[in-house]
Amino acid sequence: MITDKFKKNFGDINFFGKQLRIALRNCGMIDPENIYDYIYNARGYEALSKVLTDMKPAEVVEEIKKSGLRGRGGAGFPTGLKWEFTAKETNPEKYVVCNADEGDPGAFMDRSAIEGDPHSVIEGMLIGGYAVGASKGIIYIRAEYPLAVERLYKAFDAARNEGFLGKNILGSDFNFDIEIRLGAGAFVCGEETALINSIEGKRGMPRPRPPFPAVNGVFGKPTLVNNVETWANITAVIIEGADWFSSIGTEKSKGTKVFALAGKIKNTGLVEVPMGTTLREIVYDIGGGIPNGKRFKSVQTGGPSGGCLTEKFLDTKIDYESLAAAGSIMGSGGMIIIDEDSCMVNLAKYFIEFTQSESCGKCVPCREGTKRMLEILERITNGEGKEGDIEKLERLGNVIKQASLCGLGQSAPNPVLSTIKNFRTEYEEHIKLKKCRANACEKLVNYYVTDKCVGCGACKRACPAGAIEGSLKAAHKIDLAKCIKCGRCYKTCKFGAIKKDSGIREIMQ
Amino acid sequence: MIKVHINGRAYDVVENITIMQAATMAGYKIPRLCYHPKLSFFGGCRVCIVEVEGMKNFVASCTFPVKEGMKIHTNTEAVRKARKEIVELILDNHPQDCNICKRNGICELQNLARVVGVEERAFEGERKSYEKDNASPCITNNQEKCILCGRCVRVCSEIQNINAIDFTGRGINTRISPAFDISFKDSVCSTCGQCVNVCPTATLMEHDYIKETFEVLNDKSKIKVVQIAPSVRAAIGEYFGIKPGKNWEKETAAALRKLGFDYVFDTQFTADLTIMEEASEFLERLGGKGELPMITSCSSAWMKAMEQFYPDLIPNVSSCRSPMSMMSSIIKTYFADKIGADPKNIVSVAFMCCVAKKYEAQRPELMVDGMRMTDYALTTRELGWMLKSAGINLPDIKGEEFDSPLGMSSGAGTIFGVTGGVMEAALRTAYEFATGKTLGDIDILSARGNQGIKEGKIDVGQTEVRFAISHGLGNAAKLLNEVRKDKNKYHFIEIMACPGGCIGGGGQPYAGLGSEPFDVSLLKLRASALYDSDKTKMIRKSHENPDIKKLYDEFLGKPLSEKSHKLLHTHYKPHTPKGIIPKAGK
Repeated sequence: MITDKFKKNFGDINFFGKQLRIALRNCGMIDPENIYDYIYNARGYEALSKVLTDMKPAEVVEEIKKSGLRGRGGAGFPTGLKWEFTAKETNPEKYVVCNADEGDPGAFMDRSAIEGDPHSVIEGMLIGGYAVGASKGIIYIRAEYPLAVERLYKAFDAARNEGFLGKNILGSDFNFDIEIRLGAGAFVCGEETALINSIEGKRGMPRPRPPFPAVNGVFGKPTLVNNVETWANITAVIIEGADWFSSIGTEKSKGTKVFALAGKIKNTGLVEVPMGTTLREIVYDIGGGIPNGKRFKSVQTGGPSGGCLTEKFLDTKIDYESLAAAGSIMGSGGMIIIDEDSCMVNLAKYFIEFTQSESCGKCVPCREGTKRMLEILERITNGEGKEGDIEKLERLGNVIKQASLCGLGQSAPNPVLSTIKNFRTEYEEHIKLKKCRANACEKLVNYYVTDKCVGCGACKRACPAGAIEGSLKAAHKIDLAKCIKCGRCYKTCKFGAIKKDSGIREIMQ
Repeated sequence: MIKVHINGRAYDVVENITIMQAATMAGYKIPRLCYHPKLSFFGGCRVCIVEVEGMKNFVASCTFPVKEGMKIHTNTEAVRKARKEIVELILDNHPQDCNICKRNGICELQNLARVVGVEERAFEGERKSYEKDNASPCITNNQEKCILCGRCVRVCSEIQNINAIDFTGRGINTRISPAFDISFKDSVCSTCGQCVNVCPTATLMEHDYIKETFEVLNDKSKIKVVQIAPSVRAAIGEYFGIKPGKNWEKETAAALRKLGFDYVFDTQFTADLTIMEEASEFLERLGGKGELPMITSCSSAWMKAMEQFYPDLIPNVSSCRSPMSMMSSIIKTYFADKIGADPKNIVSVAFMCCVAKKYEAQRPELMVDGMRMTDYALTTRELGWMLKSAGINLPDIKGEEFDSPLGMSSGAGTIFGVTGGVMEAALRTAYEFATGKTLGDIDILSARGNQGIKEGKIDVGQTEVRFAISHGLGNAAKLLNEVRKDKNKYHFIEIMACPGGCIGGGGQPYAGLGSEPFDVSLLKLRASALYDSDKTKMIRKSHENPDIKKLYDEFLGKPLSEKSHKLLHTHYKPHTPKGIIPKAGK
């Protein structure tokens, strides 16, 4: 098995042992800048020669269909079907595109896949090109990934030298070459139609679908767009066979998925697990649990437009359907663990701020709606929330979800809607009690002195605003009207006598 | 034919159409905003969303194709609510200043808000705030009113091929602007004004000179002279809610006198004069003096586009000024002499179908002895507003004739306003100048019609003259790229910057009083108003206009005389505004 080598090397470590690496099987195992390492030690270009010599294009499409592989970019559309639609088109000029415009904050799956194993992606695209009848490939990658770009160029050169790219590949009559288009780092360009616009030199704004790229893509030609991780899976499917691939995973989601594990968790980094692994296994077995003895609060999957799930969803088996049923999405694989120190309203605000500033501005619900949601969330976290704000957020969120033009808008309200669903009391506390239970919303937090105070005066000296009063050896007091909430007293006090809290009751004390 | 269900009833519709088209056939006009029949599908405003059974989300009916058996609902509670909410979102980021807005009452957004039933400001959020761009003499851009429907961007790129404006910025900061956020004034904008025509709100407007003109009209020390272009009279009625197709020439002349103008002249007179000069210039070039093909120069937006994008073709462009500028020159020289007035005391106002004429009026090349010839150029819309504001209801008033001596025109001058009209008028005269014979059939049908590029030929003396006509700068680009490849393909080329010619000019009234986007069928009706007038005129050739003959006898001498050159001709030079990579012409 092509997955064995990784296991043999790293399997005894808990973090790696629970993983199954298909897309990332060669990352860290071979020298990405040496094509021979890929060929001799990773069965490189074996899949390509297999399809070119033993398989008809239609058989390749059939094999991918049979494998049950689904798009790893987020939406999970069956890859084989996408290939079939593109293959069906009669236009002699077609494009195969690799979407490497990874824009989620904190995600680096695509980057690692390309940096660690560029040839797998190239080989996948070659197989795709052969299957759908395309001779041109384009890798759309963000300019912020210079090392990945450099390695791709090196890999192109090496592959051309060895006759894997170019004309009459491996002596067949199949011609295929790949070029790179650098993206300027717009999140929306990960949406396939916006990406196509950007490739064409236009502003990266999504187009209405249909027509789908399979019919009308790059420069109006039939185009097959797949994500890096999808491409990296192709060679494995061909070498080990669709039956092997479809034996991994759940009923509707086959194979593995790479996640970028981040946030309040002991082991962070890329993890590739079989579909059907539970969130609990990832968080506690692979991730090692929450550090500093804090309590687990939530896990956010799917990048900035994913949803936040609570503890009760920890035994959810990860696949496209069950994540959607739980109110989140698979997305491209961001996974952020949140502990009790984080405020869910504040978190939702952060994500909506991101999607608003990355909205292309084309359609009204996304452009205007996310702005209004952001304003309401800002109000709530500033302690100015009003009765009815939650309902307004829900109403807006649903319109944005249902009426937006592209996936960005259709999923942008997810973090808000899911936190309202799962953490409604936190919203209510912010609005009614002006309380942030995580004490993360700065405007709601107040500092005050408890009876542990020994009257040493350290806080008084530290306070830059002159807000602390009290004579030596007597209990001090913070004048809330003068306090600028810098937190210096809190950090200075050696006796833990300064307390940080929010909510109306505390202010009245 | 396929069967679709709309709101529970089955309809047979043709394949490969959108849900919106199918719904229209079924008798439903789905509310819409960014959609425009002449432009590509955008799918941005989401106002036209409908529910389709089996689809997870609402779909935009303007872009989504129908399928056999599709079950469409255009008016469910959910759709109506979402649609209203979307319009509320647009309005929430739009100034709530309808009362003091120039498009009050003729605004598509205002109309839409009523149609979907918005009754309050729903979100009370922050509104965008931008500085107005008033620097251009032609087009003003008030981004605070922009709803980002993108029609202007599409018309500029798809119809006009100028690409002067595009979306810029992201998220809530998205806006429409020329490249690098520079002013329209400094951009590659041809000033054709088509963006103004398709704008549903008061975002892109002509730079209006209404205040200045009223000031002049109330200034007793000035002699107020006015001219109107052919296509103004073919469209001004629409401003008063009347369907196009009628020529409002006489009523407009009377209305202008009622406004307070001392002399009301007709740009059609100088259209005839243009033909005298242009036909002579053409024959001179045909005789070997000057470059061929000769390209017409009446369209101001074309003039600007030409200097920017086709500097290599400058020698091919006729040196004739446009009829507006010829009229202004004649007013401030010949006419001033006639009435014994100091030209400095004459204010020459022109009502044009055109936004670009405002640019032309300011061109330094057109000054004579350091004096500007056209003081104010205003659009048909501005005229309509001025009349309404002055309480002059055009349909109610009795027609009057233009003033002499610059008011009489031939049918050739009338058809100047339609694509192909200049060519037809010029050929009528050139033929007779060259051959000395009378042209039998003077309706040159190959020059008429709404095709983007028209071709034809006509025997003029020994030469078979091959001509081509284009309207819309996008079509001009196609035609001129052919010309660049083969300069011998044509002898004579007419270019009009706006679709349909001047009748579709950027300054013409909004369709349906601004309640709906522009429709091509309007152009046909406006054209017929002019062609019908041509047909019924006694004199249909420019050189037979007796007042033109008199002008030459008394003042100019002959076509292309020294005086003509000073007053009626001009010159061009290449321009490279920011955003153009200077390209050496072939």
